[in-house]
Amino acid sequence: MQPLSAMPAEPVLEVEELAVRFTRRGEQPTRAVDGVSFTVAPGETVGLVGESGCGKSVTSLAVMGLLPRRGVEVSGSVRFQGQELVGAPDATLRRLRGADMAMVFQDPLSSLNPTVPIGTQVTEVLLEHRDLSRKEATDEATGLLDKVGIPDPRRRLKEYPHQLSGGMRQRALIAMALACSPRLLIADEPTTALDVTIQAQILELLRELVVDTGTALVMITHDLGVVAGLCDRVHVMYAGKIIETADRHDLFARPRQPYTGGLLASVPRLDGGRGAPLTPIRGSARDTIPWAEGCAFAPRCDNAQDDCLTEVAGSTVSLEPDGPGRELRCRHPIQYPPSPAGATALGAAR
Amino acid sequence: MLRFIVRRLLQLIPILLGLSVLLFAWLRALPGGPAQAALGERATPEAIARYNELFGLDEPILVQYLRFLGRAVRLDFGTSARTGRAVTTEFFERMPGTVELTVFALIFAVGVGIPLGYLAARRHGSWLDSTSVIGSLLGVAIPVFFLAYLLRLLFAVELGWLPGSGRQDVRMDATRITNFYVLDGLMTREWDAAWDAVLHLILPAIALGTIPLAIIVRITRASVLDVVNEDYVRTANAKGLAMSTVRRRHIIRNALLPVSTTIGLQAGLLLSGAVLTETVFAFGGVGSAIYDALFARDFALLQGFILMLAVVYVLVNLLVDISYGLLDPRVRAR
Ligand SMILES: Nc1ncnc2c1ncn2[C@@H]1O[C@H](COP(=O)(O)OP(=O)(O)O)[C@@H](O)[C@H]1O
Ligand code: SF4
Ligand SMILES: [Mg+2]
Repeated sequence: MQPLSAMPAEPVLEVEELAVRFTRRGEQPTRAVDGVSFTVAPGETVGLVGESGCGKSVTSLAVMGLLPRRGVEVSGSVRFQGQELVGAPDATLRRLRGADMAMVFQDPLSSLNPTVPIGTQVTEVLLEHRDLSRKEATDEATGLLDKVGIPDPRRRLKEYPHQLSGGMRQRALIAMALACSPRLLIADEPTTALDVTIQAQILELLRELVVDTGTALVMITHDLGVVAGLCDRVHVMYAGKIIETADRHDLFARPRQPYTGGLLASVPRLDGGRGAPLTPIRGSARDTIPWAEGCAFAPRCDNAQDDCLTEVAGSTVSLEPDGPGRELRCRHPIQYPPSPAGATALGAAR
Repeated sequence: MLRFIVRRLLQLIPILLGLSVLLFAWLRALPGGPAQAALGERATPEAIARYNELFGLDEPILVQYLRFLGRAVRLDFGTSARTGRAVTTEFFERMPGTVELTVFALIFAVGVGIPLGYLAARRHGSWLDSTSVIGSLLGVAIPVFFLAYLLRLLFAVELGWLPGSGRQDVRMDATRITNFYVLDGLMTREWDAAWDAVLHLILPAIALGTIPLAIIVRITRASVLDVVNEDYVRTANAKGLAMSTVRRRHIIRNALLPVSTTIGLQAGLLLSGAVLTETVFAFGGVGSAIYDALFARDFALLQGFILMLAVVYVLVNLLVDISYGLLDPRVRAR
């Protein structure tokens, strides 16, 4: 286990059985997030990984209380520094957001207001949450832009989003998110919309900032490459549920869920395996069955057997402990011949 | 910015040339010439010939046109056959009336339309929303002329709450400076004269402003519904900003961009609508003058007024474009 588990037991964020249902009038309700639980400790970086549409963004928006109130049912519990956020009043959430918990989004261009100068968009957070004069806020904003690596910050403050490059925009958004030194930062695919070289820079920036400030980071991505460079612990999601949890090292060395294995096989690995062929997972995220009828991944799974498609003893395929620090939702996981820990058989034994 | 303005003003030249040719040809193709209109249906051919000679209407049309053009560049459009006064003088006396009417109509349309559209969007699906949607559909469908007539009949003739004709009570004997009656009243501190001019503006402005109002309600509503789902509004909420800040800086500001374009496009509609409204309310603006001149076949006035209106129209649109640039930095960059 990583030394991180020795951190003070008090987590910044505890998510328990979080479920989100969209109930549009005239449409069938969709269960976008379906009983997700995880915790994040101070200074820890937790990855939420999965293909597009598996419920990562909805999870993060539910944590931040940013889902629309109408047509959305959120259940379960989100505790931030011990305080319950599900069902909390709007004023409480607004006091926490931007100050104690912040978020960086996927598309930096559309996430910035096109008609408001960058400077105002940075200072407005400071003015909202801290007792600063306009002048102090501007100075602080200049410092923030400088800290996130934007050259000539004084000039940039007066510019509009369309005048900045994609990477600069994301840096500006990171500056806004970190303006009030939050305890928790959620980054929802912060590099997906950027060029490959810029991606690496932004990830490096996030890593530095997290290390420097001790901010807990929830890194949402569909890209295991991002996980490899950044995360301490990883939760793999599929169709609204967590299907495997492991420390980064364990996950890369011994993926147990066939879906995780598939994800790993379909990305270029930096650590060796250069010649290994890339094999994408069969089918698409749409080829899924409801969890109530078995394993949602079964239609695409090479390990699938009959019992994957039926509920066993009245329960669906459940998330079970799978050795130290690991959890697994699978009836026929990937096996590894000699297992020093000797604890990999749990899933298979069922 | 300056280059943009100069270029737009230069574009006016071909527009005005083309328009003047069309105008010239169209007027002379109308049945019954100015002589007939002035002298009556039973005028003798000799009388008509004398009239035409007097006003230079017997010359070849090309000669007439060139002479007209030569004078027009000096802002001389001749004398109105109907009133016997210089067309240009007449225009500058009457244009302020039309401008006042248009401005009041716009204030009505914008002042009521934007808040109503915003509320309808925020209470999406409520009775207020449905009412404003249906109302705005009806608003566009009612002909200006008909609405003006109804308003006048009800509020001026039947109830007598507001004046139903003219720009100001003649007994006011107000001092004229700019011919903007409200402005003149304010400048000379003749408060009662200013107020009387405002009262005279209310019914025509409502009649003229109803279609733009309906359109503004609809566009504002649709635009706000769009903008509230924008990523940057989510970012603003993620920053924990007060709802009032999110609303003012992030929702309304951006939602108004398409609304301001619409308002700009309304300028032309308003000017043509003003002709009809002014006629119903005998409002001494450019519109009613054009209407009268058309029946009198008053070529000089029609040519002058329509060309000068075209200039006003282009200038208004230029102003709209400039203000649009002030609202949206992305436009300013170009
Ligand atoms: N506003 C919404 N209304 C209805 N369904 C939604 C909405 N937002 C997301 N969903 C659905 O929820 C599921 C999860 O979406 P999301 O969390 O955005 O996935 P991702 O993992 O790619 O971030 C998807 O199936 C999506 O269609
Ligand atoms: S439960 Fe069955 S179908 Fe689902 S991942 Fe495991 S082996 Fe595949
Ligand atoms: Mg997403």
